[in-house]
Amino acid sequence: MDADVILEMKDIKKSFGELDVLNGISLSVRRGEVLAVIGPSGGGKSTLLRCATLLETIDSGAIRYLGETAADTGVEGSAVYAPIEKLRKIRSYFGLVFQNFNLFPHYSVLKNVTDAPVVVQKCSKREAEEKGRALLKKMGLEDKETYYPSQLSGGQQQRVSIVRALAMEPQILFFDEPTSALDPELTGEVLKVIRQLADEHMTMVIVTHEMAFARAVADTVVFMDGGVIVEQGPPEQVLGAPREERTRQFLARYSEKEA
Amino acid sequence: MSFLTILEQLTPGMWRSMLIFFLTLLFSLPLGLAVAFGRMSKCTPWRWLIKAYISIMRGTPLMLQLMVVYYGPFYIFGVSISSGYKFYAVIIAFVVNYAAYFAEIYRGGIESIAVGQYEAAEVLGYTKNQTFFRIILPQVIKRILPSITNEIITLIKDTSLSFVITYMEMFTTARQIAASQSSVLPFVGAAVFYYVFNLIVAVLMEKAEKRAAYFE
Ligand SMILES: Nc1ncnc2c1ncn2[C@@H]1O[C@H](COP(=O)(O)OP(=O)(O)OP(=O)(O)O)[C@@H](O)[C@H]1O
Ligand SMILES: [Mg+2]
Repeated sequence: MDADVILEMKDIKKSFGELDVLNGISLSVRRGEVLAVIGPSGGGKSTLLRCATLLETIDSGAIRYLGETAADTGVEGSAVYAPIEKLRKIRSYFGLVFQNFNLFPHYSVLKNVTDAPVVVQKCSKREAEEKGRALLKKMGLEDKETYYPSQLSGGQQQRVSIVRALAMEPQILFFDEPTSALDPELTGEVLKVIRQLADEHMTMVIVTHEMAFARAVADTVVFMDGGVIVEQGPPEQVLGAPREERTRQFLARYSEKEA
Repeated sequence: MSFLTILEQLTPGMWRSMLIFFLTLLFSLPLGLAVAFGRMSKCTPWRWLIKAYISIMRGTPLMLQLMVVYYGPFYIFGVSISSGYKFYAVIIAFVVNYAAYFAEIYRGGIESIAVGQYEAAEVLGYTKNQTFFRIILPQVIKRILPSITNEIITLIKDTSLSFVITYMEMFTTARQIAASQSSVLPFVGAAVFYYVFNLIVAVLMEKAEKRAAYFE
């Protein structure tokens, strides 16, 4: 397969009890690509991200990172996951930035971003701190390393959580509505650092409701509704000249809300 | 008999009370955590067993539990009990009882931690053990510290229940001296001891709570 494909998801199905949330989703993300996932509430965007990051198990389909299989449909038709050791390795390929940050409140900013490299990756403390400080500086947080998360604004906390994910040097970074827990005036500072990462060709999958942002940073926009990908393509097409009626309706409702 | 002499006679009892106190904490705090895990176990029979244990420990008087642990071996199994067993009986009864209370406190604390903390740790690659001991437990301890303080203060006073099996801790000693001297002074001495001990523990726990206040 293509060596430059970082993530491949094939025919993913997932239901919660009676509710079918993902109805056969296939997508792939290439190195350096920025994928924006948009769509109405309840369309399954978060579930897709949670399945990709192994927080939720899929019912059937396949998930591969860098050609390594995390899960695949077995002979009985349901998904079989790789052994725990392999999953541990696969987890090191990706990072996830949560909507509500989920920083560790009992750790200082620096400890938040160095603990996993030290404990999980067995980096030396000095090396981890050097790397952590450099990343904090890049995100404009150099004077905050001794702070605790509760002492930071939402925008600062979200930037710390981005640094925490980056410190693990992931091949791909997922974001689930990284700015929707923030006051509007703090949204900009977080979008700015994500855009900066896009400029550096970080591979990213971003679930977002910020259409202007999606248009500006995404190479590919995926419109999801009812557990399927309705339409995907470059932002000019999906956001500018959508082919599907459902996409058009969604965008129309959206611009109404924004106006 | 002067108050000083009485205090002197109370001293061995005082050490024994403190010994019960420290040994109970030493064993019941970790045991309580283990019990809390059992209480939250996915294995239903196991969970129910632990639930029953906690319910019995909390639903019957500690005084009665002390008697069961001490006299039980004789009345139930016909084992003759040596006088040295008294000390062990006290410790066993207190540890088993307090572990049940601590378990419920731990459980409340553990269940109050947001699932996002586990998920963040999982995505970062922490193992289950690392997640619990590095990420979850420190937050749990901070949250449960006030409830733990309550239990610890109750424990100091509860040590006096050992009088039912005449283990010579502070209260039992005071009672004996009071009876032989027909004086209430030994009880006054005992009261002062419990009060001062409580005061010290309360101050220490407040310090601990302040120290844990560095994060929210
Ligand atoms: N753990 C769960 N148990 C049961 N149902 C769930 C669970 N998680 C999600 N769902 C349901 O799955 C559907 C898709 O949810 P999901 O969170 O993936 O949507 P979304 O596209 O992220 O929406 P939003 O834009 O509001 O974040 C919803 O109907 C939701 O109620
Ligand atoms: Mg969502």
